[in-house]
Amino acid sequence: MNWKLAFGIAITHLVTKKKQSVVAMLGVLFGISMFIVMISFMTGVNQFLEDMAMDNTPHIRIYNPVEVKDEKIISKAGTGNNSWYVVFHQRPKNDLAKIKNGLLIADKIEKMPEVRGVAPMVSSQVFFNNGPVQIPANISGIDVKKQDALFGLSGKMDDGSLDDLLKGSDDVILGKGLAQKAGVHVGDRVNVTTPEGYNITLKVVGIFSFGIVSLDDSKSYATLATVQKILQRDPSYITDINIKLNDMNKATEIKSELKAQMPGVYLEDWQEANASILAGEKIRNIMTGVVSFTLLLVAGFGIYNIMNMNIVNKMKDIAILKATGFQGNDITAIFLLESLVIGVAGGLLGLLLGFLFSYLLSITPFPAGTFFRISTFPVNFLPQHYILGVLFGFITTLFAGYFPALKASKIDPVIIIRG
Amino acid sequence: METVLKASNIVKYFNEPEPFQVLKNVSFEVGKGEFLSVVGKSGCGKSTLLYILSTMDTDFTGDLEIKGERLNGWKQNALAGFRNMHLGFVFQFHYLLPEFSALKNVMLPALKLGKYSEEEIEHRAIEKLKLVEMDEYSHKLSSKLSGGQQQRVAIARALINDPDIIMGDEPTGNLDKSNSQRVFDIFKQLARENHQTIITVTHDKDFAAGSDRIVEMQDGQIIRA
Ligand SMILES: Nc1ncnc2c1ncn2[C@@H]1O[C@H](COP(=O)(O)OP(=O)(O)OP(=O)(O)O)[C@@H](O)[C@H]1O
Ligand SMILES: [Mg+2]
Repeated sequence: MNWKLAFGIAITHLVTKKKQSVVAMLGVLFGISMFIVMISFMTGVNQFLEDMAMDNTPHIRIYNPVEVKDEKIISKAGTGNNSWYVVFHQRPKNDLAKIKNGLLIADKIEKMPEVRGVAPMVSSQVFFNNGPVQIPANISGIDVKKQDALFGLSGKMDDGSLDDLLKGSDDVILGKGLAQKAGVHVGDRVNVTTPEGYNITLKVVGIFSFGIVSLDDSKSYATLATVQKILQRDPSYITDINIKLNDMNKATEIKSELKAQMPGVYLEDWQEANASILAGEKIRNIMTGVVSFTLLLVAGFGIYNIMNMNIVNKMKDIAILKATGFQGNDITAIFLLESLVIGVAGGLLGLLLGFLFSYLLSITPFPAGTFFRISTFPVNFLPQHYILGVLFGFITTLFAGYFPALKASKIDPVIIIRG
Repeated sequence: METVLKASNIVKYFNEPEPFQVLKNVSFEVGKGEFLSVVGKSGCGKSTLLYILSTMDTDFTGDLEIKGERLNGWKQNALAGFRNMHLGFVFQFHYLLPEFSALKNVMLPALKLGKYSEEEIEHRAIEKLKLVEMDEYSHKLSSKLSGGQQQRVAIARALINDPDIIMGDEPTGNLDKSNSQRVFDIFKQLARENHQTIITVTHDKDFAAGSDRIVEMQDGQIIRA
C-alpha cells in the first residue's frame, strides 16, 4: 500500500473541508485537555493528601493496644464428671500500654538496613485546663532529634522553636487548634491533668500545625522525660515505636518480619493507618477514570459521526478511486489517516491546552482556610499523563475512524457511478 | 488479430424494483488495437455491459477474459489492481475528484500504480493533458472546470497508465463538434500507433461511423457486430 499517496489524499480532503475537520479536532482537543486537567488535579490532590498524611504517619508503628478479649463470658472446662464452669471478666485489664524493652527494641530495629530511622514515644491522653474548662488532648513524649529527623517537626512550627523543648524540662509544644482552645501563646504556662489525676504545669515553648485539623486540635509534644514524669513512669517506659523505612512500599513485608521476631507487640503499617485516605484516593482515581473515559468517548463519537458523514459525502470520490484502481485497503488507509490526523493534531493541541489549564489552576489561590498548609490548587505535572493523553487520543480516533473507513472500503463503485 | 477481450454468454439481471434481464447472452470479442463503437437505443444496456467489461460490476453470469486472463471469481482488490494496470475508463458522467487539480486527477492512478517516480508521473500527466488540450488548466481545481473540460481531463486520466484497453461511456457526450473530433482523432491515433484497444459507447453517428467496428445493441442483445 502506498501510505504517502493515501496521506496526500487524506490531507487534501481535510484541508478542503476545513470547518468540518476543525470541529472534529476540537472534540478531541477538549477531551484530551480536560483529561489532562482532571488527572493532573486529581493526582495532585491525592499526592497532597498522601504527603500530608505520610508526613505524620510512621511506615510502621509498634504499640500495645488496649484490647477487649473476645471470649465468652462463661465456658466449660475439664471433662466428664470432672468439669467445671469458668466465668471470664470482660473488661480490659488495666494492663500498661508499655512496650516491654521498648528502647532496646528500638535500638535493634534501627540497625536494620531497610530502616531509615526509629523514634520511640510515650503517649497518653491528658486534659489541658483552661480555667474550669478541660480540653481533652494527647501528649506525646518524644526523642526530639529523632522525631524531627523522621517527621520534620521543626518544619511544622508556626511559632516558637522545637529546639526549645530540649533546653529545659516541663516544656511543651501545642497544636495550633489546641493552643487556641487552651487560650495559650508561646511563653504562657498551661495546666495539664493526667488520667490518673496528677496535675502539672508546663511551659508552652512552641505552636505547630500539620494542616490536619484533627491533629492540630489535639496534639502536643514534650520530651520523653517530661511525659514519663507526668505519667509517673520510669525512663524505660515507652508506648510507641515509630519506624520510617527507606522504601515505604516494603512496609507490609518488614512488618511481618518484625512480627515474627516480636510476638508480644502489635504492629501497624501505614496502609492500615491511612485506610481512609487510600480509599479516598481509590475513589478519586475511579472518578478520574470514568470522567476521562466519558470525555474520550464523546470525542470519539464526534469523530465517528463526522467521518461517517464525510464518507457519505465522498461516495462518488471513493467510487472513482476504486474505478481507477484503488483497492479497498487504500480507501481504508485514506479515511483512517484522516481520523488519525484529526486525533493526533487534536491530541497534541489538547495537551498544550491541558497544560495551560493545569498551570493556571496550579497558580490559582486555594481557599483552604488557615488549617491547610496549601496556598494554591495542588496540581501534578507528570510526563506520563501527557503520554497517556496522546495515546488515548490516538486510540480513540483509531477506533472511531476505523469503522467508517472500513465502510468506505466496501463501497461498490458501480452503484455510485451508474447513478 | 490478437484478441484482448472476450465476453461469452454475459447475462445480467437487475432485481430491483422487479426482476429484469438487462443483458441476454451477450458474446463478442475485441482485438488488440481495435477501435470499437457500441451503439443502441437509450436503455438497451450499453452502460451495463461496459461496467461488466470494465471489471467493476462482477454481479453477472458468463465469462469475461481480458488479455488472456479469465477474470471470473477474482477478488475486488485483485480486480482493482488489474483495472489500474490494464484499463482506462471514461465515465458517462464526467467523474473527477473535485478537491484535486486537473493535473492531480490525472496523476492519481499512476501514483497508485507506482511504476514511475512522482516527477515522471507529473511529466507524463502533463503530456496527456496536452493531448486533450487541457494542459493550461492543469493546476485548476477540477470542480472549477466546465463539463467538457472535465470530460477531457477524464480522458487524460484514462490514458495515464498506458492501458491496453480504454473504455468510454459516451466520452464525447459533453463536447462540441470540434472537441469531439479531437477526442476521436486521439482515440484513432492510440489505436493505430500504440495498438491500444478502444471500446466506446456512443450516440454520435459520425463518431461511430469513423471507428473500426460498430456493435449495435437492442434490448440487451447484440443485433449487429
Ligand atoms: N441500478 C439499476 N437497477 C435497475 N435497473 C437498472 C439499473 N441501472 C440501469 N437499469 C436499467 O437497465 C437498462 C439498461 O441501462 P443502461 O444504463 O445500461 O442503458 P444504456 O444503454 O446505457 O442507456 P443510455 O444510452 O441512456 O445511457 C435500463 O432499462 C435501465 O432502466
Ligand atoms: Mg449509458
